[in-house]
Amino acid sequence: MQLTGAQALIKSLEQEGVDTIFGLPGGAILPVYDPLLDSTIRHILVRHEQGAGHMAEGYALATGRPGVAMVTSGPGATNIVTPIGNAHMDSTPLVVITGQVATAAIGTDAFQECDITGITMGITKHNFLVQSAQEIPRAVAAAFHLATTGRPGPVLIDVPKDVTQSMMDWWYPATVEEYDLPGYRPDLELDNGAVERAVALINESERPLLYVGGGTLKSNATHELLAFAERTGMPVVTTLMARGSFPDSHEQHLGMPGMHGMYTAVTAIQKSDLLISLGARFDDRVTGKISAFAPEAKIIHVDIDKAEFNKVRQADVAIQSNVASALVALDAARATPRNLDVWWKTINAWRDQYPLVYDEPESEGPLRPQHVIEAIAATAAPGTIVASGVGQHQMWASQHWKFDEPRTWINSGGAGTMGFGVPAAIGAKVGRPDRTVWCIDGDGCFQMTAQELVTARSEGIPIKVAILNNAYLGMVRQWQEMFYEERYSEVYLSADLPDYVKWAEAMGCVGLRARTVKEMHEVIEQANAINDVPVVIDFRTDASEKVFPMVASGASNDDIMVHPSQRGASR
Amino acid sequence: MSPEPYLGDTTRTPIRHHILSVLVENKPGVLARIAGLFARRGFNIYSLAVAPAESHARFSRVTIVVDAESAPLEQIVGQLDKLVNVVAITDLAPRDALERELLIASVPVDDDNRLTVLDTITHGGASIVDVGATSVTVMLAGTPDACDELERSLEKFSDVELHRTGRVALPRLG
Repeated sequence: MQLTGAQALIKSLEQEGVDTIFGLPGGAILPVYDPLLDSTIRHILVRHEQGAGHMAEGYALATGRPGVAMVTSGPGATNIVTPIGNAHMDSTPLVVITGQVATAAIGTDAFQECDITGITMGITKHNFLVQSAQEIPRAVAAAFHLATTGRPGPVLIDVPKDVTQSMMDWWYPATVEEYDLPGYRPDLELDNGAVERAVALINESERPLLYVGGGTLKSNATHELLAFAERTGMPVVTTLMARGSFPDSHEQHLGMPGMHGMYTAVTAIQKSDLLISLGARFDDRVTGKISAFAPEAKIIHVDIDKAEFNKVRQADVAIQSNVASALVALDAARATPRNLDVWWKTINAWRDQYPLVYDEPESEGPLRPQHVIEAIAATAAPGTIVASGVGQHQMWASQHWKFDEPRTWINSGGAGTMGFGVPAAIGAKVGRPDRTVWCIDGDGCFQMTAQELVTARSEGIPIKVAILNNAYLGMVRQWQEMFYEERYSEVYLSADLPDYVKWAEAMGCVGLRARTVKEMHEVIEQANAINDVPVVIDFRTDASEKVFPMVASGASNDDIMVHPSQRGASR
Repeated sequence: MSPEPYLGDTTRTPIRHHILSVLVENKPGVLARIAGLFARRGFNIYSLAVAPAESHARFSRVTIVVDAESAPLEQIVGQLDKLVNVVAITDLAPRDALERELLIASVPVDDDNRLTVLDTITHGGASIVDVGATSVTVMLAGTPDACDELERSLEKFSDVELHRTGRVALPRLG
């Protein structure tokens, strides 16, 4: 069967089971948009290519399937660089297709030409510049294989215009061998010796802790984690990337560790004698000052990527494996720590002394952002998916929302990409139309990508957006207040400019506003009742509100600052 | 082909250097991926040699001498191994490796220095591969130390143009 390269590209995506592409056409990718009209694949037309990338990420994080985005060459391609970098940091499976100028024009500074494979070399797991139409099926099959196996990540396929316009004989690789990836071997054999050494460390531990990272979600290991944690009785902390992998409602869960982690989670790490790291990478936001991190702990490091071992902290035992298989092996070997009663007694004393607190809400406002999040959570349908941008609101959402299910927390972790929330929420809703999707956003973040609500409205994607509007770039403001003697430099945004309600309405969404506690409950109720169009709520929150606990940048986890109301008490 | 000159002693190669023999797919941009990775992660490349590997046109062999003080070798190898186009990595400690390098140099000669130049070349184990009216081109295929030695001994002449290929290496036998 003879097909154009463009037809082969769409047919290849169909072969990979793609149901949705997020994208925006332009000159170089134009040929591919024609056969798309005859395809079963749904295309979501975004308003900016960055939106397409973050939507694909949201889709991937909510479903576990790779997200797909398609854009044109030049600025279309550079506009999606931020989502690619974001997906790379968070190991999110993404396949991004970019148009390219015709092969004869490459290197001539042609109109809308840019070297996107060069630009994204350091922020993709791999990328391809397809040289002929006949090679398209192999590139697509290999891209999906690379994006979804081993440590997942973004893969970019750059397709010149003459390649999509020329003819090819249809074929599709049937086996991995045909992908022509001689240097890629994601299938690992579990090192039984390492497992045995890990079991020995666990068996002699008295203060063990399961340090659970995003790799646990990537390998769908939530059941294995629950089984292992419950059998061994060990306490669990879940990183920002792992929220939802272990139920927040579970009594063994100490919450999130790190710069804005729970006091008990942070301190339990510091005092542990054995850290079992499951798909986590000892990020600086978790470790604080690395030389002071968990000084008494031996380390069992489980990761699918061996380059993570000994990168930050020397491991006593490294197990190269996906988290699920490693947990099954440790469980099968009946790894069992010593009696943990004393450890739990210590932990529970920390819990009692330093619970997560915030100041009493003032009924006439301004609203407490933590109170707003708890009020939304209290009325949200079970299984609600929460997306967020980056900053104070993100930390509060992670702290105050109780996650009991995997893939219900969609956020930008490693890259910290402001503006991630709205498009990621849209992508999540496309992937999980059965779920309610809330975006907990900040006013600064919202202004970066809000135009995608036009996409949401026109495509019938009814997400709900809660703007915690404190009129500031809040996290930067918090640092300036605490570490720069309240010298506020370029952080004020205004609560009224733009008018978020009018803006929402102009984009075809319902716009609501709340200044008092009473209004807060009313608008949440209204928003919950709307299921056909997107809703945006402008919550007027207190700008002086800060995120606590906090470990200052570069400080030891031992110097965690608790909420002011808890200070002075003895530790 | 000149006889094997001064054999040097590779154990004198500073221990902080490591030799990575990397088999890669012979595809466009692969060298850029390797160089980019080193730059991105702050690893220093001491020398680099690339050529098609064995009889396969499909693969190339890249010999990289890395400064293992700029980053732990385990990190360098681990990150390099993640490049999809990298097929295999052999890490050779200098004491276990047989290293060779090619040096060529053009040395200006006149009646006053002709004898000294020839002396230096002979003593350094190099051979003359080209002779012009005012200069000679010499080459030395030998150990990096032998090349170092010759390079130092040529420093006393002015306007020497000198090129080195970077080293290639194989494990020592037995």
